Amino acid sequence: MEEKFAHPELRTPENLVYKRTDLLVDCPLSYCPGCGHGVAHRMLMEVLEEKEIASKTIGISPVGCSVLAYDFLNIDMLGAAHGRAPALATAIKRLWPSRYVFTYQGDGDLAAIGTAETIHACNRGENFTIIFINNGIYGMTGGQMAPTTLPGMRSSTSPYGRDTDIMGYPLKITELIAQLPGTYYVTRQSVHTPAAVRKTKKALRKAFDCQDLGKGISFVEIVSNCNSGWKMTPVQSNKWMEENMFPYYPIGDIKVDGELIEKLK
Amino acid sequence: MGELRLMKGNEAIAEAAIRAGCDGYFGYPITPQSEVLEYLMAEKPYETTGMVVLQAESEVAAINMLYGGAGTGKMVMTSSSSPGISLMQEGISYMAGTQLPALLVNIVRGGPGLGTIQPSQADYFQSVKGGGHGDYHIIVYAPASVQEMADFVKLGFDAAFKYRTPVMILSDGAIGQMMEKVYLDDPIPRRGDEEVITQCPWASTGRPMTREHNILTSLDLDPAGQERLNLRLQEKYREIEEKEVKFEMLDCEDAEYLLVAFGLSARICQKAMQLARDKGIKVGLFRPITLFPFPKKEIRKIGEKVKGMLVVEMNAGQMIEDVQLSVGCNIPIEHYGRFGGIIPTPDEVVRVLEEKIIGG
Ligand SMILES: Cc1ncc(C[n+]2csc(CCOP(=O)(O)OP(=O)(O)O)c2C)c(N)n1
Ligand code: SF4
Ligand SMILES: [Mg+2]
Repeated sequence: MEEKFAHPELRTPENLVYKRTDLLVDCPLSYCPGCGHGVAHRMLMEVLEEKEIASKTIGISPVGCSVLAYDFLNIDMLGAAHGRAPALATAIKRLWPSRYVFTYQGDGDLAAIGTAETIHACNRGENFTIIFINNGIYGMTGGQMAPTTLPGMRSSTSPYGRDTDIMGYPLKITELIAQLPGTYYVTRQSVHTPAAVRKTKKALRKAFDCQDLGKGISFVEIVSNCNSGWKMTPVQSNKWMEENMFPYYPIGDIKVDGELIEKLK
Repeated sequence: MGELRLMKGNEAIAEAAIRAGCDGYFGYPITPQSEVLEYLMAEKPYETTGMVVLQAESEVAAINMLYGGAGTGKMVMTSSSSPGISLMQEGISYMAGTQLPALLVNIVRGGPGLGTIQPSQADYFQSVKGGGHGDYHIIVYAPASVQEMADFVKLGFDAAFKYRTPVMILSDGAIGQMMEKVYLDDPIPRRGDEEVITQCPWASTGRPMTREHNILTSLDLDPAGQERLNLRLQEKYREIEEKEVKFEMLDCEDAEYLLVAFGLSARICQKAMQLARDKGIKVGLFRPITLFPFPKKEIRKIGEKVKGMLVVEMNAGQMIEDVQLSVGCNIPIEHYGRFGGIIPTPDEVVRVLEEKIIGG
């Protein structure tokens, strides 16, 4: 690796300002270049590293583009069936209260096939963290319409754009679960700019800190791009996301310390 | 020392689970087995042994809770009845593919569809031949008494962990609901977390930096890898067929005819056998206790000695296929079944035996 750098002599411990966490397995990710999943993985692992809880953490990956997350995250993991991660997490956290438990799920996984598991885990006030990657599409299966696909947005199963008369409306599941007494911290973030990445990391840190309190679900939605599914370049997709996704899925905290943020009440 | 009690079959299962050191029960109410969850909620083992008991939002959630718990090496179980077990099939297939130990209880009711809440044995195919997608089997025990309902809980957990596989107790609404005296073993303490970690080095319990991370999944996108997994599973099923077969033979020494039945049907056939013997018909009873692995060799052996067999089931003829495959076609093998929650009477069985096998 060293030889690739123009000035290997500059790579000394004193000069080290940023290092990839060892909690990410050193292998190529299966994600498309430009996709938000990889950045989200990194922030998650940095939080576990900084909190020094990797050896006490059990993660659950979904079925979706991040199905192989267990290959990239260097911690103990289980691969759930499509949509069922919150059910696995419920049992694991109850059977191992000393462990930190998280699910990592896409929008099809969490807000379509797994809606019941999501809502009931949240409503029971389970004490784990849900990380929700909302890219408004089924990335893995080739770009079909998701419950979160925007009105008018094209996908392979809404080729003329999502017609809400026929296909219904995009589901704001995050606002929905925030209403439940079992959720303690609910926030919506993104990973498309350095500033946004830093905020997401803070949110993830707070989410895992919530597990120390034992007061209910901590839920971090990350609005993310799917440049392949949206058929855009990564740069275009991030711009499109800001212009179209953010108005429908506004970024920011929704519920903090068990209290809904004022504007939602 | 143990303890003698009068209990319903469903309650016996619940009590036996607490005493076996079970770590977690996850289930959804459905007749005729809701007493399992009700009993556990009333007993509150979470205050005594620390066993987790949770009413899930559906059978889909319950089986996936099991998948999660089993993946961390804990001793977990669920119970349900036919429609609920149908909903669990994806999860059972995942657990078989991921090689996870767990105990499932199916207190069968009549189907198809919503069917009836009355007892049935119509889920034989579903339990024994796979049920969910892919090439897999689970070990299936068929109790014929409340005592066996209790005994097969510990037996089931032991087999589940020995082979890292889901195990099912396949019973029916009658055995679940009827009361009999049952001898309960002394409680075994639940394993501590450290014990679980040592016993199940494969489990995802939190990775100490001294080992590689554990990954529990049935996914392998490489066909060669997926074939290797399948071959490993098949090898395990062959070993189970070799070592875990259980069956019972009654009055078979001098038998000219054989009744073959499992679970509740075997109880009926026991009485039918007496009635037939009173009439001078030399009949024995062969009762498979494990339905997978099926006692193929044992029934083939006795098939060489008798003139004919009547397979009695509360279904349209399911186990009879395994009997025929095992025995071959040198002797008549006929089926007698009732459906929809109707339990055959011993008289009916004797009449059919006379008509179809002896007279036929
Ligand atoms: C029971 C079941 N139904 C359908 C599928 C097919 N499937 C796999 S991933 C997926 C959608 C994933 O989309 P999402 O959760 O949004 O994740 P993304 O790929 O966008 O990150 C579907 C429908 C499956 N694996 N299992
Ligand atoms: S298909 Fe979309 S979500 Fe999946 S890896 Fe590619 S860009 Fe990311
Ligand atoms: Mg998606």
